[in-house]
Parts: sequence; structure tokens; C-alpha cells
Amino acid sequence: MERGAKEKNHQLYKPYTNGIIAKDPTSLEEEIKEIRRSGSSKALDNTPEFELSDIFYFCRKGMETIMDDEVTKRFSAEELESWNLLSRTNYNFQYISLRLTVLWGLGVLIRYCFLLPLRIALAFTGISLLVVGTTVVGYLPNGRFKEFMSKHVHLMCYRICVRALTAIITYHDRENRPRNGGICVANHTSPIDVIILASDGYYAMVGQVHGGLMGVIQRAMVKACPHVWFERSEVKDRHLVAKRLTEHVQDKSKLPILIFPEGTCINNTSVMMFKKGSFEIGATVYPVAIKYDPQFGDAFWNSSKYGMVTYLLRMMTSWAIVCSVWYLPPMTREADEDAVQFANRVKSAIARQGGLVDLLWDGGLKREKVKDTFKEEQQKLYSKMIVGNHEDRSRS
Amino acid sequence: MTKNYSGLDVSSAKIEKLWSGREDFQRIPELAINPLGDRIINAFFPEGEDQVNFRGFMRTLAHFRPIEDNEKSKDVNGPEPLNSRSNKLHFAFRLYDLDKDDKISRDELLQVLRMMVGVNISDEQLGSIADRTIQEADQDGDSAISFTEFVKVLEKVDVEQKMSIRFLH
Repeated sequence: MERGAKEKNHQLYKPYTNGIIAKDPTSLEEEIKEIRRSGSSKALDNTPEFELSDIFYFCRKGMETIMDDEVTKRFSAEELESWNLLSRTNYNFQYISLRLTVLWGLGVLIRYCFLLPLRIALAFTGISLLVVGTTVVGYLPNGRFKEFMSKHVHLMCYRICVRALTAIITYHDRENRPRNGGICVANHTSPIDVIILASDGYYAMVGQVHGGLMGVIQRAMVKACPHVWFERSEVKDRHLVAKRLTEHVQDKSKLPILIFPEGTCINNTSVMMFKKGSFEIGATVYPVAIKYDPQFGDAFWNSSKYGMVTYLLRMMTSWAIVCSVWYLPPMTREADEDAVQFANRVKSAIARQGGLVDLLWDGGLKREKVKDTFKEEQQKLYSKMIVGNHEDRSRS
Repeated sequence: MTKNYSGLDVSSAKIEKLWSGREDFQRIPELAINPLGDRIINAFFPEGEDQVNFRGFMRTLAHFRPIEDNEKSKDVNGPEPLNSRSNKLHFAFRLYDLDKDDKISRDELLQVLRMMVGVNISDEQLGSIADRTIQEADQDGDSAISFTEFVKVLEKVDVEQKMSIRFLH
């Protein structure tokens, strides 16, 4: 299985296919002008202000988005071209014969009765070692020995967890790995991203304080080395968050911070809008692109459908988690860029490397409605088409 | 009726969710930012109802099937297919005709224009645009645009191409 997976990793991932309908990449202006031109027998210098046919543009665009839009399909698992014998990826595949069903049954047996117990045992070992190890290291006096031990405890436990998921990871360009005082940004597909990155480098984590098992792990980890955990109330205060992150980054002895600027899990076919907070701090940004191969198991966490435990169980009953990690060269904000432009530049670099679609839409649209400002932009564009011509007419 | 939209390959259309009410449509961000999004969503719902089923959904989509060349000459005596030029124009006409009385009055035209331009144009300017449009189209002097007048104004527009959506598979 490992060999098969490694061979697949060598080809670049092809970007997600463009959907089911043919779309013209023309702008609002061009399209409406074309519609008017085809219908108008008048001379072109006397362009009218408004035509009844203008509505065709909006109508067709609306229909196209109903059939196939760019955003909503990013929030559910990617569809495969051929079945990988997991019933969870069975989207109405039609040609399922008896032989295939038998194979599938065998697969279920292997995955649930053989692989799953092994993986759960490994996961237990990994997590308990992490908690115990970091607590023990916490008792050591501060100094180089403590740092050394803390790093190695972290690394060892993450590597055990990686094995627990049977994650087969190919790291590219490891010379670009993040250094102290920097911020590592990556595209977010699932909580497993953290384990994957942390098993190859030392990072300071950023996140909200949780209760339960996660809380225990978080409290133990912070004893060994400084991570940045926020209380739920503090998360809303952007200035506080920025201040703490800046302090951490300026201390060169502290580890690089790991942040996922999308803010939510996306299904690994695209990269959505990066929130500008982490890009305002002024530290060096080390972009990382993570691309999962869905053939052996889909790693996307659809948080509205599955809870954390169900998700982990699904991960542990897939064939394997195969992914590629590319460390991109570090980037810094240039003098004439603002945070948003910088964020977009980093996002494009990540999207290009991972073979993902670069979208400007906000990942938060998973749960929230789109802001009215976008509609107002469209209305403004159209009004310019009508009013602009009106000014010409009044001049003549 | 089944013959009319059999050309659309249903298994390719990604209709995973159960379309029921208007909120389902409004959850599509690109549709929500379309100035005429609400009118388009309205076109799916039959008179007075708040739910659309799969059949109704496909019927509405069928208007946008491209017109194949070999269809133009066949079956002259049968019912007109949903994606004929006339039916496509009718679809657009219904987007303007808010109260479904088969006429586009000045008020209706103003309301639709207001949806398309937002707050960027003054009432007077919009009013004069509406007046001019009705003046140019109106032939029987009733200060409203009927379907026949609508068709006449748009007789040269390439409706077949502009109101069609091509499937890739």
C-alpha cells in the first residue's frame, strides 16, 4: 500500500475539474455589450442607456450558479472519478457487480478488524505519551536541556500519531522549513494537518482552549514549551490576539507559530480567502501547501456533518491518508502592499503549488450568508453602464 | 412533458441537496450577490407555493437547454418545447412582469430596474429611463409592454445563444 501511494505522489495533482457547465469568462460589461450589439440595428455611437435584453445576462448568470457554483461544492467531500472501495465515497456509482461487492466486503473486514484496532492502540500510545512526556519535561528547569527534551517528546508523539492514521507523507523542499520568529501558514483541510506538519518540525500552536481531552492535551503541552492558547472570550478581541502573536514572534527563542488563515476546513480542492490578521504582524511568513490524495481516504472534516470522534474513526478506517507537503520559500510583506494583498499573494503561491483552485470567497460562507457589499458592487458596475452612457448623450 | 427535458443529463446535474424552499437557493453565495437573484429564485416556484420539487426544478432549468439544429424542423404539430426561442423570451418576460398580468407596466419596470442598479441612480433618472424604454417598445399606446411588443423589441437579439447553458459532459 505504501509503495503504491508513494508512486502516485510523484505526479503533480491536477486541479479540480471545472464543473459541469460551460461558462464564459467574460465580464459583466462585455457580456451586456455583446447582447446589445446583436440586437441593435442602430449605429453604435448612439449606444442606448438601457435595453430590455440586459436582463438576459443576469438571468443566465443566476441559472449557471444554481446549476454549478464555485463555493458550495468546497464544503463537502471531493468526488472521486473511480471508486476506492469505501462505501462513504459511493456517490451513485452504477456499475457495482457481485465481484466488486465481495471485494468491498473483504475490504471492510480488513479495515475494521485488522487495521482499526492497531491504529487505535497506536493513537492511545501516542496521546498518552504526549501528555505524560510533556508534563514530565515541564518539571525540568528552564534551559537548553528542557528545550531539547520538549522538542523530541513532541516530535516522537506526533510521529506515533502519524503512524496511527497510516499517513503517508511526502515532504518537498525541506530546506524552506519555518524558522524561529516566523509564522507558518497552510491551507486547512482537517485537524490532521496539525499532526502532519508537527511531525516534521517544531511549532508553537495557536488555538482556542477546549475542554475535555483536548484541554488536557493543551495544558500538558504548554508546560513543556510556550504555545499560544486563547480563552474563548479572548478570541473575539482581535487586538489582543494580534498583540500576543506579535510578542511571541518577536522572541527569537520561541518556536514558529502555526496558523491556518482560512479559519475553517475546506475540502482540499481549493484555497479560500485568508484572514488578514496573521499577515498584519510583520513577521516572515513561511507558506506551506498541503494536498491530500483522495484515492486512499478523504481527509476533509465536514464539521457540520461529523463530530470529532466520528471523524477520527472514519480516518482510522480508511485505507490510508496520503498527502504531499510543500514548503514554499519564505515571504515578507512588501512596502507598497497592505495586509490583504499580501495574504492574497501568499494564498496564490500555495494554490499554485498544491494544484488547488484559488478562490476569493470567504470560507466562513460555510455557515454565514454572503455580505451585501458584493451585491452592491455588481449593482454599481451595472449602473455605470447605464449612467455612463447617459452622460455621453447629454453631451451630444 | 418528459420529452422536453430528456435532453438534460440528470445524473450530471449536481443536485444532491433536496431543494425545498427559497432559503436553499439563497445559500448559494454567487446567486445571493446577483442583483436579480430573488426574481430568478421566484421563477422556480409555481404560483403561490413555497416549495419546489425536482420535477418543477427541472422544468425551469429546461428553458435553458441549447436549441439543437435538428430539432428545429421536427414535430411541428406537437407541443412547443420548453427551450424554444419563444419560451425563452417568455421566461425573461416573466422576470419583468411582477404581478403576472402579461404586461410590463411602468411601475414594474421601475422596480426591476431598481433591483439591478441598487442605490446608484436617482429616482428621476431611473424614471426617465423607464419612460424611454416603454415609449420605444409600446405600439398599442397602453403605456405598458405586452409580450408581443417585448418580442418585437428583441427580435434581433440572439436569444438562443444568450439564454442557453451548455453542459460539458
